[in-house]
Amino acid sequence: MRYIEPHGHMVSRTTDDYQAMALAGCAAICEPAFWAGFDRKTADGFYDYFCQLTQHEPKRAAKYGLPHYCWLCINPKESEDMKLADDVLALIPEFMKAKTVLGIGEIGLNKNTRNEMRILEKHVELAVKHDQLILVHTPHLEDKRKGTRLIMDVLKAAGKVKPERVIIDHVEEHTIGEVLDQGFWAGITLYPESKATPVRAVDMLENFASQRVWLNSACDWGHSDPLAVPKAMQEMRRRGHSAAAIDSLVYGNPVRFLSQSPNFKDPQALR
Amino acid sequence: MSDPNPLAGTPRRTRDQVADLHFMDARYKLLDLAAFLDRLEKASGPEDHRVRGLRAALPLLLSAGDDRVAQILHLWSDPSVAPIEKADTKAASGVWPGLK
Repeated sequence: MRYIEPHGHMVSRTTDDYQAMALAGCAAICEPAFWAGFDRKTADGFYDYFCQLTQHEPKRAAKYGLPHYCWLCINPKESEDMKLADDVLALIPEFMKAKTVLGIGEIGLNKNTRNEMRILEKHVELAVKHDQLILVHTPHLEDKRKGTRLIMDVLKAAGKVKPERVIIDHVEEHTIGEVLDQGFWAGITLYPESKATPVRAVDMLENFASQRVWLNSACDWGHSDPLAVPKAMQEMRRRGHSAAAIDSLVYGNPVRFLSQSPNFKDPQALR
Repeated sequence: MSDPNPLAGTPRRTRDQVADLHFMDARYKLLDLAAFLDRLEKASGPEDHRVRGLRAALPLLLSAGDDRVAQILHLWSDPSVAPIEKADTKAASGVWPGLK
């Protein structure tokens, strides 16, 4: 069965993962800008990273028949250095001209600090100014509920943000309701330990709603699984969900959200 | 919930069917948790705040209702509402350190 991986940090993965994802039915991959696992010291480091996301990685994915898209930002983990963050923000408009850029992301908060909030606000301003979609990272573990609420406050305070053009990612059972209630899309990230497992994700989909939700692996350099979405699809099959319902969730929903960007092409239309 | 469209066609299941699908998974996880608590008993030193949080969550497993996961996640969450001035770490521990 086909699916879209709407959130994968493929620069951190091997070509074996591209092969496995393609064999599992992946039809397209979207890669938000991310923390490298260490703090980059200069805006030049981000310039190279944005080149990698917009030029090199699409070529690597294409070898496996996979369209590759990306999102641009400085991750909240690196937002404490305001000067660096401002320098990186200044780079982004140039890269928005690339045909595979979907929007601004993954922005948000990490430890819910004042500096992170200021840089989040600047990212939101940039997205509004350039009419870009927004992909939001919510904090980890005990910081998630507070951070999710602060982020939604920032998005609402910006005034011109349309909730249907924002996906708030890494929701869990204690945040998904508030996110959907405020009109945003919600992303459920499938991780082996933190965030949600495929089994819990399917519980959430059955208990809450599925029209403005996507599933993603957020596979990166840490403990993560690039095949997490197909594993959730298998869990849905085990529980008796129809092929049409699964397809609507893992293919139809990402296409509906991402098609709000003129750069995204429904993979089916490309075949 | 404002979204009026729950997952279309969610199949109704009996408790037996749910157990057939997920009992063994839950069984090994419960035994792993028991083994973790046994391991802690044999270790020395004061109780870690994360373990304190884990123990505080255990009674919720036996409570009534169908939102135990959300209840536990709320219990472990930072209850404050204002942004902090500065963080001394990038990492989260899994349980709000102030939980009693």
